[in-house]
Amino acid sequence: MIDAHRNAFIEETTELLSELESSLLELEETPEDSELIARVFRALHTIKGSSGMFGYDDITMFTHDIENVYDHIRNGEIKITKQIIDLTLAARDQISSMLKYSDDKNAIDENVTKDIISSFRLMINDFNSKNKKEPEREKEKEENKSATPSESFKVFHINFKPAKNILFTGTNPVLLVKEVASLGRSVVLAEANEIPSLDKIEPENCYVQWDIILKTTGNQDSIKDVFIFIEDQCELEIKEIETFGSVNDESSFADFEEFLVGSSLQGMSNIGELIQKYFYQTKETLSESTGKTAFKKLKDGAEGHSEPDTASSIRVSAEKLDELVNLVGELVTIQARLSQIALTTPENAIVSVSEEVERITWSLRDSALNIRMLPIGTTFSKFKRLVRDLSRDLKKEVELNTEGAETELDKTVIEKLNDPLIHIIRNSLDHGIEIPEEREKAGKPRTGTVMLSASQSGGNVLIKISDDGAGMDKDVIKEKAVRLGLIAENAELSENEIFSLVFAPGFSTAQKITNVSGRGVGMDVVKRAIENLRGSVEVSSAKGKGTTITLRLPLTLAIIDGLLVQIQGEHYVLPLSAVEECIELSKENIQNSHGREIVNVRGNIVPYINLRSRFKIGGERPEIEQIVIAEINGTKVGFVVDKVFGQHQTVLKTLGRLYRNVDGISGATILGDGTVALILDINKLLEKEEFSAKSIMKN
Amino acid sequence: MSNIFLTETRQYLTFKLSDEMFGVDVAQVREILDYVKITKVPQTPDFMCGVINLRGSVVPVVDMNLKFGMAQSERTVNTCIVVVEVNLDDTSIVIGALVDSVQEVFEIEPQNIEPAPKIGTRLRTDFIKGMGKRDDSFIIILDIDKVFNSQELELVQDSSNYAPETFSNVN
Repeated sequence: MIDAHRNAFIEETTELLSELESSLLELEETPEDSELIARVFRALHTIKGSSGMFGYDDITMFTHDIENVYDHIRNGEIKITKQIIDLTLAARDQISSMLKYSDDKNAIDENVTKDIISSFRLMINDFNSKNKKEPEREKEKEENKSATPSESFKVFHINFKPAKNILFTGTNPVLLVKEVASLGRSVVLAEANEIPSLDKIEPENCYVQWDIILKTTGNQDSIKDVFIFIEDQCELEIKEIETFGSVNDESSFADFEEFLVGSSLQGMSNIGELIQKYFYQTKETLSESTGKTAFKKLKDGAEGHSEPDTASSIRVSAEKLDELVNLVGELVTIQARLSQIALTTPENAIVSVSEEVERITWSLRDSALNIRMLPIGTTFSKFKRLVRDLSRDLKKEVELNTEGAETELDKTVIEKLNDPLIHIIRNSLDHGIEIPEEREKAGKPRTGTVMLSASQSGGNVLIKISDDGAGMDKDVIKEKAVRLGLIAENAELSENEIFSLVFAPGFSTAQKITNVSGRGVGMDVVKRAIENLRGSVEVSSAKGKGTTITLRLPLTLAIIDGLLVQIQGEHYVLPLSAVEECIELSKENIQNSHGREIVNVRGNIVPYINLRSRFKIGGERPEIEQIVIAEINGTKVGFVVDKVFGQHQTVLKTLGRLYRNVDGISGATILGDGTVALILDINKLLEKEEFSAKSIMKN
Repeated sequence: MSNIFLTETRQYLTFKLSDEMFGVDVAQVREILDYVKITKVPQTPDFMCGVINLRGSVVPVVDMNLKFGMAQSERTVNTCIVVVEVNLDDTSIVIGALVDSVQEVFEIEPQNIEPAPKIGTRLRTDFIKGMGKRDDSFIIILDIDKVFNSQELELVQDSSNYAPETFSNVN
């Protein structure tokens, strides 16, 4: 139980930390935005509060000092500076590692913690001493503004009515009431009118509401903050009793206190009436004008906040979703089997049921996959931080613009996309974007731009990373490739082919190795990672203008459209998205091409790969074979198979550890009759073929 | 007895490969399947029969006869796939073992198990946990984790390497 709560806390805090990060980065651009400041403050406050609840005292202490600074910022007393943002970001990272290594205190660098805390404390001290220096002016200002003394008290009437089920969430309302009471001098009255008779009472419900009259130096926000965690689980009214605002007289409050307690003992418990009565007696009227609007705002805020939280979205663990998608995958398989059986049975009833099941299965499949779709924007915000930190380290000025953050991709794809994108962006910053002086010489703006955009095109998502940096030099790449022995000296390569050389392992044209990149590991890793996601990478570049890297990714990894084919009795599946057409290959055609594995398709020469010989399957070639023509990275290639069956909804399964390195096979799927078919990795097949062709040429 | 695993009475599932009797700890056996059609994965050694569908998951199958260097035997009605859970580099994976026939499950007391002989079996001795005595015959008790250990599986991966990996990304 405790562990479950703790995990929920860790999850929630991690989310808050990433929200904090993105808010801070936005705040850096618009330091005056009070909404953003409030967001930062809220995140810090929540982290502080909940970490305390779960015994992460180090985090609580640490966050407390930061929160103090932001309290001043929120009140407009300290201005946001780059230094503050830097420090807070560092603090964010520290909290994140505190959370991660909570069991192992040694893993956390205490000195970093101390440094950060002392910097924040210094800020507060600076602020305080500055204030002391000019107390006169401050006071003057204050007096001009509202004619109240600087040490002004306010009196609030707080009506706190927790939701009946509040105790289920583990909140103790009494503690909250005590916390409010501790903000100043207070009278707390509990209203128990709603407690039902003993036979109707639900012992686990909370029937009590509280009225608190609080005399405090704080403002409405500080009261609101107490209830911040249960905003949507209670009715909260905070009214300032304005007439008391200027009363700085102990005795009059004591008088009021006495009156209230006395009356409630007499059984008069409607506080609102009591207050009115008191002021009626003292010939004063209760002004609520500002209080009312504040209350209204509060309530609006609470409603706007609570609705999307409770009604329209719920939090589900990723494993549960994966399980659901797995089950849907099973269902798709079974359904295919049912359809096959229905085809051979004369029973009309079964046929119609099978059709119905098919329809429902498809909608179920679509909605289950849809649940896992996430907007890619969640990763984009991470890269803002990366660009910010890197450009500082590299002493370059770089701006990251993003576009299409709302484009949706499967959760697993997004997760696996993270590392390749980091590589690419690092490369852009390190090799692409020039230092500001150089950029000015080249007539470009000092600040370089990296554009990260996502868009959907058909069943794919395109992610483009483009920079306006130096671009890549074709001749340099070619020279280097010749030196590494990747291509022959006299090789004629298209622009596209030259740029794709950078994906070769160990390839780097960087003059010097920095700690960021240049070691020549990276682009090949990127390519492999993207291909594992069944996607592809393309590079285009213009010298002096910049480089664009385009990633093409499938929307989902769980279920794809495939083309079912057969070779020597075994079934194979090709990804349908790449397939262009299927044509016949007769013995005559083979003779006509004189041993070369090419075929003439309406005037175009298309090379093909004979899968039977490629996989060393053996057996007789049938009289008429089929060529499945696919387009891979812009080139057309044929794959020769015995038979083509047609489209097949393919639920992807991994082949497991034993077969993980089998070449040209990316996975398996289960067919309607329960047997297993293998999924062909056509990109890999083509690559290997090209490689062996090249080695033959070299020899 | 040097092997600490064999100090308590355990149950073993016995199966036959041609005339030889083998045993595996039942704790590692998940289920026994009748022979089903196995999909061969191309470019893998002969002893890797391929993969089957086990209620939705794809499970690799190994022909135990070929794995132990014996001749491939005829498929009969008795041919079975013993699905075992193997501990491979600290992760548990499921593998199907194709055997000629499955016999029975019975208990062998530790005193009836002798350490593996250094010579005399056609198997590598590190595959053998011990020799169980039963009436007059011997049962070779296999250390199934070792039979399918990672080095053994590297064989599979090597044979699939068709061109040097390092240059695979050159277009």
